[in-house]
Amino acid sequence: MAAITMAAKYKTTVKEPGIPGVLKMMDDVFAFTPNDPRSAMKLKVDFRNIKGHKFSKDGSKQALLNLTQDPEKGGGYIFEFNNFTDRNACRDFVGKVLGKFQALASKQNDQPVSEKSTVSVEQLSTTEMERRMKLLREDSELQKLHKELVFGNILTESEFWATRKNLLDDDYARISKQRTGFKSAMLADIRPSTDGRTNKVTFSLTPEIIHQIFSEKPAVHRAFLNFVPSKMTEKDFWTKYCRAEYLHRTNNSVAAAAEAAEDEELAVFLKHDDILAEEARRKIRRVDPTLDMEADLGDDYTHLPDHGILRDGSKETTDAENDIARRTLAQDVNRHASVVLEGRALDIELGDTRTVAEALARSKQESSADKSDENANLERQERVSRMTEIEDLQATHSLPYAELCIKDPREYFDSQQVNALKALGSTVAGSRTIDHSLNTEEAYVYLLNEISEVKLQGLHNPIVQSEAALKVLSGLTQQISSTRYNLGKNPQESVLDRLPKRTKDEIMLHWTSIQELLRHFWSSYPITTSYLYNKVLRLKSAMTDIYQKLKAIKDVQSDFRHQISLLIQPMLQALDAAFAHYDAEENKHSKKNGAKPNGFVQ
Amino acid sequence: MNSVSTPSKLYSGNFTYISSSPFLYFLPPLMGLLILWQSDDVSLIVVLLDVNPFFWASSAASVGDSTSPHHPTAILSFSKLLNHVIPFLNSLLLLNQLNQVVLVATGVNSCSYIYDSGDSEGESAGSVPAVCSEILRRLEEFVDKDRLLGKGPDKVVAAGVSSLLSGSLSLALCYIQRVFRSKARHPQPRILCLQSSPDGPEQYVAVMNSIFSAQRSMVPIDSCVMGVQHSAFLQQASYITGGVYLKPQHLDGLFQYLSAVFATDLQSRSFLQLPKPAGVDFRASCFCHKKTIDMGYVCSVCLSIFCKHHKKCSTCGSEFSQAPSDPNATPDRKRKTSEV
Repeated sequence: MAAITMAAKYKTTVKEPGIPGVLKMMDDVFAFTPNDPRSAMKLKVDFRNIKGHKFSKDGSKQALLNLTQDPEKGGGYIFEFNNFTDRNACRDFVGKVLGKFQALASKQNDQPVSEKSTVSVEQLSTTEMERRMKLLREDSELQKLHKELVFGNILTESEFWATRKNLLDDDYARISKQRTGFKSAMLADIRPSTDGRTNKVTFSLTPEIIHQIFSEKPAVHRAFLNFVPSKMTEKDFWTKYCRAEYLHRTNNSVAAAAEAAEDEELAVFLKHDDILAEEARRKIRRVDPTLDMEADLGDDYTHLPDHGILRDGSKETTDAENDIARRTLAQDVNRHASVVLEGRALDIELGDTRTVAEALARSKQESSADKSDENANLERQERVSRMTEIEDLQATHSLPYAELCIKDPREYFDSQQVNALKALGSTVAGSRTIDHSLNTEEAYVYLLNEISEVKLQGLHNPIVQSEAALKVLSGLTQQISSTRYNLGKNPQESVLDRLPKRTKDEIMLHWTSIQELLRHFWSSYPITTSYLYNKVLRLKSAMTDIYQKLKAIKDVQSDFRHQISLLIQPMLQALDAAFAHYDAEENKHSKKNGAKPNGFVQ
Repeated sequence: MNSVSTPSKLYSGNFTYISSSPFLYFLPPLMGLLILWQSDDVSLIVVLLDVNPFFWASSAASVGDSTSPHHPTAILSFSKLLNHVIPFLNSLLLLNQLNQVVLVATGVNSCSYIYDSGDSEGESAGSVPAVCSEILRRLEEFVDKDRLLGKGPDKVVAAGVSSLLSGSLSLALCYIQRVFRSKARHPQPRILCLQSSPDGPEQYVAVMNSIFSAQRSMVPIDSCVMGVQHSAFLQQASYITGGVYLKPQHLDGLFQYLSAVFATDLQSRSFLQLPKPAGVDFRASCFCHKKTIDMGYVCSVCLSIFCKHHKKCSTCGSEFSQAPSDPNATPDRKRKTSEV
């Protein structure tokens, strides 16, 4: 890679005017020499100290390049260039140099020379960094978690984000996919403006408008491709187009016909657009085949006097005898709407009309190529048969379902009975409800006696003693009102909402960090590398800390002690399970590996 | 509106129709129509009565026992129970002339329909003494039959501990399905379980299946538990189907509980505040030993639940290749929340 030399201004902040001088970039070093030899601002910096580079957008006020030393602090060397081409040359050079260093650094990282190099060195692009920062800003819970775990040196930055790749990707996808489409405002007419003194009529066309004209009027697009620049210049072409538009506007069909007869190029703009007509026919084929659209054409009232749509102050009526196209407002609106909905297919920058026209032609070819006529016909037939289906004659649509398949019903239903009975003995013994000493026969006799007793004595009168009834009613009332107080009026209100806010926040924070830690903990098993081993050690000590804190919260005397301990219990259990697993693994390995020093696994 | 809603059979002074009609103005039009079509608050109540001789006999024995830890009012004799339940069934019939009551007995060896108010014919059929004597007669027949079944050759001694809740639930649901299918205008059905004996964990799958089919056909299951412990099955049943679960404190006022809580028809429930359980026991029974468990293994293919690790799923036959290294801390163990 050769060196590069550019005139630039060096500044320490963006707002400063800067010191003019010469920037020289070499393979591993860049140097700045001020024009004024007295200035002390001489620089010679090793590229290894540069962690990233930022630059202002093309077309913004200043052509800036910022070589940053530390991505977090943001300090660095800012250079302003005379123009963007100079800046871009330097930017590309810096990009290459930095890329080379990064490749080297990551190579070093791959070799587990020391523990630190695998853990700490991270090369992040600025955009990646920004995305992470943005996510943290938007989600305060995530931010808290990040602060606690990453700044507490429990997890590294990359470990933390590794489980949240989907968040980052989502965010990225959302940003990149948005493209501007056509304006939904109707560009029906290029409004002519007259200066009022001469007979000159001025039309103004911008690249944006031209693009839209090409999309909405394929005939104009085709004419442009055919005529320009072989037959006429671009300017002539648009003049002709505008003239045609003007004729069209004035509703002067006689004049238009006369002009068209004289000038065949002009006639192109005034005739029916055959491409559009073809497209319309294709679309009609896709409409419900049982609908006869051609019959509907006969119901068109617009050709009758006093019918039609008011446009530009005059009634729009159709007169069929003239072959000069009379586009109706409805047609224009529909065409515009469909183009807007299709969206802008082109990625190229608007500017050169010729390239826009060609790119549009290419994209159209691609989209129409896949629809062959044969397919369309088949599809149409299929649709006809589907639409004319008579329900009564069809077999019932039975929904597909997965059958329950019990492989061995005998094993499932019978052989387990023995187990069940064994188990029953233990559950019943625990609850002490039924006296097994009771004879089956005795029990039935008792029941029959009870029934016959009711039969003989008849029903009691009154059924319920009034004191008992009162007791029941007041008991029920109290129960209902107390559950209402305890469970809150709406079912969405949870136990958490009744706790003091500080306790609630504390518990929530511990809960989220426990979840995060446990996720990392379990995903580290089986431990295959020393890196994982160290990670588990770190996780375990962090979990022990939280465990102690949870215990402390639980032991605090308060009105909510019971609820809090109910909430905390499952968290402690989850942690206990993790600790138990850790201990078991540790034991297993210490037995297996015998006296391996400092507990390294494998 | 009345002309649409009131069938010719109804007399014009029907109190319940008039009282409920103002509420219809606040309902969305379609829902109002639906309720009219289902004739307002006419209910079909299927009552499942627990006729478990072991439970009733042993509880009667423990009443006399002074060392019993239970308060005397916590236990009811079967005759007293009938004294509360039969008047309750009669009062259900009196609430609305079109109401229908079906009584199903839940035994330890069998289940059976005892009484159906829709079946009774003849002049004295609807009268209170007639209903009472019919219920008692059929109950006696049922207990006799149940006793004979228990004496069969393949009789299992310990099988007589819990009542066949799954069987009676299935009978109730079948009855309701028949009503759904036979009549275009059917009353709104619900099931009321009067349960006293403890749950039989071996019936877990069958009971849960009944509960889910009740949920699917939108039949609420109300439960009134008169035993010593709460019933996890019925807690779940009422929770899932949107019924009321209640364990009365003072059993001598059982009729009061029944009439105050369980007599309310489904339409009125939207305007009333009924007792809510403080928590639901969501624990499941394992498929292998039918034990109620807190934690267990779940088959990843068919979701069967096991209390310990198996090489092969007994339900669907899937083979589990990996044995867990440590039974105390395997990641695939799922914890079922209890007492939420």
